[in-house]
Amino acid sequence: MSQLFSKENKEAFFGPLFANNPVAVQVLGICSALAVTAKIEPAIVMGLSVTVIVALSNVIISLLRKSIPNRIRIIVQLVVVAALVTIVSQILKAFAYDVSVQLSVYIGLIITNCILMGRLEAFAMMNGPWESFLDGIGNGLGYAWVLVIVAFFRELFGSGTLFGFQVIPESFYDLGYMNCGIMLTPAASLILVGCIIWFMKAREEKAAKK
Amino acid sequence: MNALRKYVDKIKPNFEEGGKLHAFRSVFDGFETFLFVPNTTAKSGVNIHDAIDSKRIMSMVVIALIPCVLFGMYNVGYQHYLAAGVDASFWEKFFFGFLAVLPKIIVSYLVGLAIEFVVAQWKNEEIQEGYLVTGMIIPLIIPVDCPLWILCIAIAFSVIFAKEIFGGTGMNFFNVALITRAFLFFAYPTKMSGDQVWVATDNQFGFGAADKIADGFTAATPLGQAAAGQDITASLSDMITGFIPGSIGETSVIAIAIGAIILLWTGVASFKIMCSVFVGGALTALLFNGIGSADNLVANIPWYEHLVVGGFCFGAVFMATDPVTSPRTSGGKYIYGFFIGALAIIIRAYNPGYPEGMMLAILMGNLIAPLIDYCFVQSNINKRLNRINK
Repeated sequence: MSQLFSKENKEAFFGPLFANNPVAVQVLGICSALAVTAKIEPAIVMGLSVTVIVALSNVIISLLRKSIPNRIRIIVQLVVVAALVTIVSQILKAFAYDVSVQLSVYIGLIITNCILMGRLEAFAMMNGPWESFLDGIGNGLGYAWVLVIVAFFRELFGSGTLFGFQVIPESFYDLGYMNCGIMLTPAASLILVGCIIWFMKAREEKAAKK
Repeated sequence: MNALRKYVDKIKPNFEEGGKLHAFRSVFDGFETFLFVPNTTAKSGVNIHDAIDSKRIMSMVVIALIPCVLFGMYNVGYQHYLAAGVDASFWEKFFFGFLAVLPKIIVSYLVGLAIEFVVAQWKNEEIQEGYLVTGMIIPLIIPVDCPLWILCIAIAFSVIFAKEIFGGTGMNFFNVALITRAFLFFAYPTKMSGDQVWVATDNQFGFGAADKIADGFTAATPLGQAAAGQDITASLSDMITGFIPGSIGETSVIAIAIGAIILLWTGVASFKIMCSVFVGGALTALLFNGIGSADNLVANIPWYEHLVVGGFCFGAVFMATDPVTSPRTSGGKYIYGFFIGALAIIIRAYNPGYPEGMMLAILMGNLIAPLIDYCFVQSNINKRLNRINK
């Protein structure tokens, strides 16, 4: 048990959540972060889908890593990821049709998400399945929380709702309050992701000074 | 003046290291240097001394803006009483506009300077004076019906994200006032465009003739009319004197011309940029007139009308010439100006979503200004290298 949660394994899981966050620090997977964050619900589904796919593909590639010829490793990785993405996409269509319509092509485009190929190349190809699984979950959740925070602000100020329920009371609108249209455009998520990066850098610098 | 100097010197110790109001030292410093030219000099490095510092330059631009402010106020009142069909005296019109515009100027300065003060205090620097001009320009480039709370958000956004994160005054590569307008335009389009926002239809502090204005009153700007496929109703002389609906300070070519003369005479603004913006706009408009098109009314507006309607003049004189965001090289200024003028007319004519293209054209110009400078500097270096190698 102690081996399963050794210091390295904890690092593999918690590192990508904050200190080495794939979106805020490595600036990977930005395209989907811009596209699916207008509402919270699709952002959560997208985050979870990426988490599941990164974790499983990390495990599979890590199991195969010794038998993959080095020259064709990218193709093998792509086949694994594509298979998983197709499965997730079909499951979403079967059980959460509305959300899958909102996410449209972006579930399919997880195949091209830099986080996936990055983790497979940089981690799963040289580590065992359990470590790779933790790394995948960590990276997926690190991606997910940034998406959810961005989506929270975009939905709150852009549509006045959270999870589709109106949270800004009607009386505000009567007084002249208006939804901020720029929050519905991808430009806003770029600015919000920028703010998250700003915040994390500032925290890092503060920690470094101590 | 002497008494003021003595008073400032008397309260000065409070703000110095260890004084009880030390937390406000940047505020004090800002006001002191605003009132008096400081007689201390930089303590290190090589410095070029000039009789004029940036606070004096900024004040010059604010003075150049005053004709636009005054005319803008009068025009707000004029349009209001025109819509109401009420005869009002000159002073009534002016007073109405004064009440409508003054809160915007106050809000603009309060929000912008508050952020500047906080940032200066936080970074332990002197207060930068750049907002002095920006704060005066912002109220002039928005429609009169723009609500104050929206203005607050837009100013906070642009001062923080277009200026402070780049390092403050002199470091921004977009014009801060235009970013404010762009934010408003994209975030709250119903309050920034269309035909309901250009004439004040409410009373200002109980003053005015709003009860005479019909519900749902609309008044489009000349460009708005043309973009909607209607004929322009305003006459050329109205466009030049400025008695047309539009953003508060942008309508009068005469007021802007006075400002332009002040700016050119004092050498604050670049003649090259100003001229080439007009040349670029005129040539592009002429080209479109020449091509002609049956269903695109904006392309058919004669070139001289293109130059006097909308924000073209205001943008060319006060925004494109912003020394921070325009190119430094002499040749680059011509290219930059020409690019802005041409692009503004192209956006007007071929993008029905944006009846006025000046804002986007200048922002685009700001974006490529460093590139223009780079190309000119490189070509100069290459020329000289060739000369050596010969």
